Amino acid sequence: MKRYVGRRLLQLIPVFFGATFLIFAMVYALPGDPIAALGGDKGLPPAVRAAIEREYHLDQPLLIQYLYYLKGIFTFDFGMTFSGRPVVEVMADAFPWTLKLALMAIVFESVFGILFGVFAGLRRGGVFDSTVLVLSLFLIAIPVFVIGFLLQFIIGVKLGWLPVTVDQSMSFKSMLMPAIVLGAVSFAYILRLTRTEVAENATADYVRTATAKGLSRPKVVVRHILRNSLIPVITFIGADLGALMGGAIVTEGIFNIPGVGGTMYKAIFQGEAATVVSFTTILVLVYIFTSLIVDLLYAALDPRIRYE
Amino acid sequence: MSKDTIYPGQEHSFSDIDETGLGAVDAVPDDRPPASLFGEAWRQLRRRPIFWISAALILLSLLMALFPQLFTSADPRYCVLKHSLEAPGPGHPFGFDKQGCDIYARTIYGARASVSVGVLSMLLSVTIGVIMGSIAGYRGGWADSLLSRVTDIFFAIPFVLAAIVIMQIFKESRTIWTVVIVISLFGWPQIARICRSAVIEAKQEEYVTAARALGSGGWANMLRHILPNAAAPIIVYATVALGSYIVTEATLSFLGIGLPPTIVSWGADIASARSVLRQAPQVLFFPAGALAMTVLGFIMMGDVVRDALDPKARK
Repeated sequence: MKRYVGRRLLQLIPVFFGATFLIFAMVYALPGDPIAALGGDKGLPPAVRAAIEREYHLDQPLLIQYLYYLKGIFTFDFGMTFSGRPVVEVMADAFPWTLKLALMAIVFESVFGILFGVFAGLRRGGVFDSTVLVLSLFLIAIPVFVIGFLLQFIIGVKLGWLPVTVDQSMSFKSMLMPAIVLGAVSFAYILRLTRTEVAENATADYVRTATAKGLSRPKVVVRHILRNSLIPVITFIGADLGALMGGAIVTEGIFNIPGVGGTMYKAIFQGEAATVVSFTTILVLVYIFTSLIVDLLYAALDPRIRYE
Repeated sequence: MSKDTIYPGQEHSFSDIDETGLGAVDAVPDDRPPASLFGEAWRQLRRRPIFWISAALILLSLLMALFPQLFTSADPRYCVLKHSLEAPGPGHPFGFDKQGCDIYARTIYGARASVSVGVLSMLLSVTIGVIMGSIAGYRGGWADSLLSRVTDIFFAIPFVLAAIVIMQIFKESRTIWTVVIVISLFGWPQIARICRSAVIEAKQEEYVTAARALGSGGWANMLRHILPNAAAPIIVYATVALGSYIVTEATLSFLGIGLPPTIVSWGADIASARSVLRQAPQVLFFPAGALAMTVLGFIMMGDVVRDALDPKARK
């Protein structure tokens, strides 16, 4: 086990450098000149321009700039935006929103996805199963922004049950609808995954044995069927956190949430290289650590898997 | 000793030939062609209504993409502001959008952009993914480690954010191909992973050893014996992926970084419908419905084909 963890950690090192370098190079290639924009209509004097370029190491080649950036990350210095605000502050403003949104989405999609999936899987081919399967396909086929518009219009505007946009205090009520929209597609996947696994395990030999020795149906379902069905589901949920945080941009746009996606969208259009690269680095780290935890969870949950 | 004498303890060793499964085996005529995986799957598929529904949806969207003139004689770019947001009427079954364009014509003509992005992205992703995945799976060793890390890198980068950066780099020269390349750039690693594990599984089969013993070696072996047997999961994934790439294109267009605005597309029409949703829901409903039906066709097709190719799922 220790050797496995060590090997996985070693494998993640090139992934970290590769992903951050790729993003760095892409941002480097962005068109536009944010420094010239600082001077407005009059333009900057050449000396000021040279000084700014020196300060941000913009006069260096790509690779050197990347190394400077890495040096910053390892000393927890994410640099400044071109308007002189530390990127750490920008991150502290944006990340809590997206983290809360993503976590609420995860809770929603796991609870309802597993619940619906278990009922559908236990009665495979029944009315509930068929209905839920078709509905889940619709959720996957409709783009998330259409789901967002519809919910916002029907629940927020027509019925007035939930606020149309979020409030500054990040209240549960105002974040509920965005979280459901963000988690909608994953909800459909979790439902389908749980349903397939439950349907397969329900006919397994050990379930027949458990029933034959006189266990009650709820006990068989929870202890035997569910425990074995949930292993792939949990790994999916674990890997989803990073995906939701990086993919929240559309949902954040619809509900006016000042989170990671919206901040990065603006930063990309303004050519704010430090912000874009720092945010992506954090998202890459989230992905790397969740995938490591998922791998280890797999080993902990399924005794048949032994890593050597 | 008569044949009918059964001694205690031997009862189970005899049973009438008609009561065993052997009768069914004997009943198969000798001249029937051997059942292949895909032949067997086709026999399964023909009986599933979902297969025919999704085939019809796919066919309809392909027809709309290839021959929009078959469905409408209206010009999707001919817009009269006087008609802005007008309700459906004779000759204009879906009504008009904010700019006064005919929604029916735009919905029909929008199919071409979505379907071409989906098909081209799928073909490009599958080509790159299969080449990379088969090299990794067949060669193993350092080639496998290297390619697996490269796919990991692409998984670690958040797709939508990277797509915005790339589309912004090509801001001035955006075409349908830019969108296709961006989607494929992040689409191939998934296919490479699936292909890699399918190739690893197939390469350990006995028929591959047999082929090698008969002198078939290297990449000829790969092309003739391994890939055809590893194709099933790739075909299934590619079908579903085609649908999801169409959704991706719409999402990029919604974010304002997708297809150039001169191209009529469902994604852009849905995005522009947002501001008028309260007054005229039909502006959102028709392009979104057409998009959902097309995507539904592809993912349902992937679903039934997966069931048909998996003998375990058959009842």
